[in-house]
Amino acid sequence: MNNVARTNILQRLRKETPPQPSPCQGKEQDVSSFDWDRAERIRRFTERMEAVRAEIHHADHRDWLDVLTEICHAKGLNNLLLSPNTTWGQAISAQAGRFPTLRHYEQPIDGWKEEMFYGIDAAFTSTLGGIAETGTLILWPDAEEPRTMSLVPPVHIALLEVDKLHTTFAAAVQEQGWVEKGLPTNALLVSGPSKSADIEQTLAYGVHGPKELVVILVFSHPA
Amino acid sequence: MISEFRQHVIENLAKPNVRANFRKAMDGLMQRRLDQFPDPAELERIRTQAQAIRANALSKLPELLEQLEAKLTDNGIHVHWAETTEQANQIVLSIMQKHNAKTMIKGKSMVSEEMGLNHFLEAHGIDALESDLGEFILQLAHEPPSHIVAPAIHKSRQDVAKLFNDKFPDIPYTENIDELTQAARTILRDKFYSAEVGLSGVNFAVAETGTLCLVENEGNGRMSTTVPRVHIAVTGIEKVVEKLSDIPPLLSILTRSATGQPITTYFNMISSPRKPGEKDGPEEVHLVLLDNGRSNIYSDPELLATLRCIRCGACMNHCPVYTRIGGHSYGTVYPGPIGIILEPQKAGLDVHGELTQASTLCGACGEVCPVRIPIPTLINRLRYEGVRKDASTTPGTGSRRTTAEAAAWKSWSWSASHPAIYNFGTKAAARLRGVLPMQMSAWTNVRSAPQLADKTLHERMKEMGVADE
Repeated sequence: MNNVARTNILQRLRKETPPQPSPCQGKEQDVSSFDWDRAERIRRFTERMEAVRAEIHHADHRDWLDVLTEICHAKGLNNLLLSPNTTWGQAISAQAGRFPTLRHYEQPIDGWKEEMFYGIDAAFTSTLGGIAETGTLILWPDAEEPRTMSLVPPVHIALLEVDKLHTTFAAAVQEQGWVEKGLPTNALLVSGPSKSADIEQTLAYGVHGPKELVVILVFSHPA
Repeated sequence: MISEFRQHVIENLAKPNVRANFRKAMDGLMQRRLDQFPDPAELERIRTQAQAIRANALSKLPELLEQLEAKLTDNGIHVHWAETTEQANQIVLSIMQKHNAKTMIKGKSMVSEEMGLNHFLEAHGIDALESDLGEFILQLAHEPPSHIVAPAIHKSRQDVAKLFNDKFPDIPYTENIDELTQAARTILRDKFYSAEVGLSGVNFAVAETGTLCLVENEGNGRMSTTVPRVHIAVTGIEKVVEKLSDIPPLLSILTRSATGQPITTYFNMISSPRKPGEKDGPEEVHLVLLDNGRSNIYSDPELLATLRCIRCGACMNHCPVYTRIGGHSYGTVYPGPIGIILEPQKAGLDVHGELTQASTLCGACGEVCPVRIPIPTLINRLRYEGVRKDASTTPGTGSRRTTAEAAAWKSWSWSASHPAIYNFGTKAAARLRGVLPMQMSAWTNVRSAPQLADKTLHERMKEMGVADE
């Protein structure tokens, strides 16, 4: 059935030559890159993120652990899921005493799904970068920081290095060389905590994904 | 005899609450879209770009579908082809059966609505649960979506409160939208946890990289495509684009046109099942490519534009007819302006041709369409095909032709090309205007009958000294 369907569909599509689109006027026009300096990128990113109730915290390489500690304390977290093997995760693990119980994604989800779904308060992940125009985090989950970390726990704390803040999605795809590198199993853009407007077009936050998104913006030089 | 469509319209026009819900929601959506495009020149530039991207993809559709299939297969995703919705349903069922799966959790998918998948699976003992908040509400109410982006737009918070109270008596009655949303979160979390198979639609499929893209706000799409062991995506064959670089502009104009958001909370790009060493994600991913009349639409150079659609719903948000009669009046999966051109082409003008009349041809739909589908032109084209016997690829061509109407137009056409007869006729009508009927069926129920002038236009022009030319 499958192959017959395939052959028939392709045959029908090839029966007529469709009109060629008028020369792709506009297609090559780059409408999506801006000449924004670092301060402007940060300003726009923050404005967009805060408009959808994400929290933004500024930090640098020396004090970001303090900022994270404060966030954990303010939210009364009992535990924090993270990878002990990323640069950031190693630094957190080295000072584990300052944080709520640190949990690791030690085995495939099937082995600890119940705890992941009902027992984890928050997850900490790194990001591949950000997008200033729309206030967006770029995540390429992997074996260290799997897909459900930024999805299932009620709080997602993400660390974004300011130098990886691109102007637009198009610029990020190009500058990070997505096509050349090849896409991962799952690439994600995350722009705020989960939300819905399905009842009376009224925004409600925390539907199926995280109820809270916390972004720690880390400056390479003191802000 | 009154048609089913007209009967629906009469019923829905008589529901003031539903009409108020639509009016309020559509006004809000129009304003939010407008706020996203403060610069008209920029809007036209990105519409041109989006149109070009979709037109380019359609011009190479068979090649891009083959490339997409090859890429996805390389990436480890199984690709299936279905000519009809029956075949698509069978493919989904066979995947479920292979895994002995009895539960499915669904992200929002209009193609699965097109397939009637939920009912089909139910008949085979499989529980398919909608997880998008709007779709979840509708499944509880046993109703179809009334809007392609905001499916439960016709319901008020009171309607939802009563429904939840009726179906989940353990949860305290509330009309608070945050509390209703949290109740849905709690109920569905258990379902995400236990569902064996997840199903989703596809907003864009990228041939270059073999990537399935999903646009959403709630996270239910990510849950459905990440947590269950098997993910099945269903899509129409027209959703493919050539390159990854085509995606950013399309995503931007889609979310801005649809709900007036600069971007949705999640943009989910799936390129493979779980790889060795990875700790979550489905072990198997399937894509079902559905034709269901699309390849037939494709064969006509003008109607082909219908397939550029990126399903933003802006045309319905701006349609004066849709806003008044509501999405359920249409009786089809896709309502509003895009629905009235798409559904008759898929099911035939003999089945849904009447829907082409659900338009004032005000042009708003064509003006807001992010990929510039000339919807009013296509409505006219389909109205024409409905009453003509000329050859056309649209099924049901000529089925709406009536002898009386054809005769009326033929005699008008004949008189209009015979000036003496035409002048005699219009003069006679002007002179006899006093005896014309004051009651003209439905028109005069709520309006005064039109009055003819006492002199014809030709006579007046002659008086003014303009020669007949």
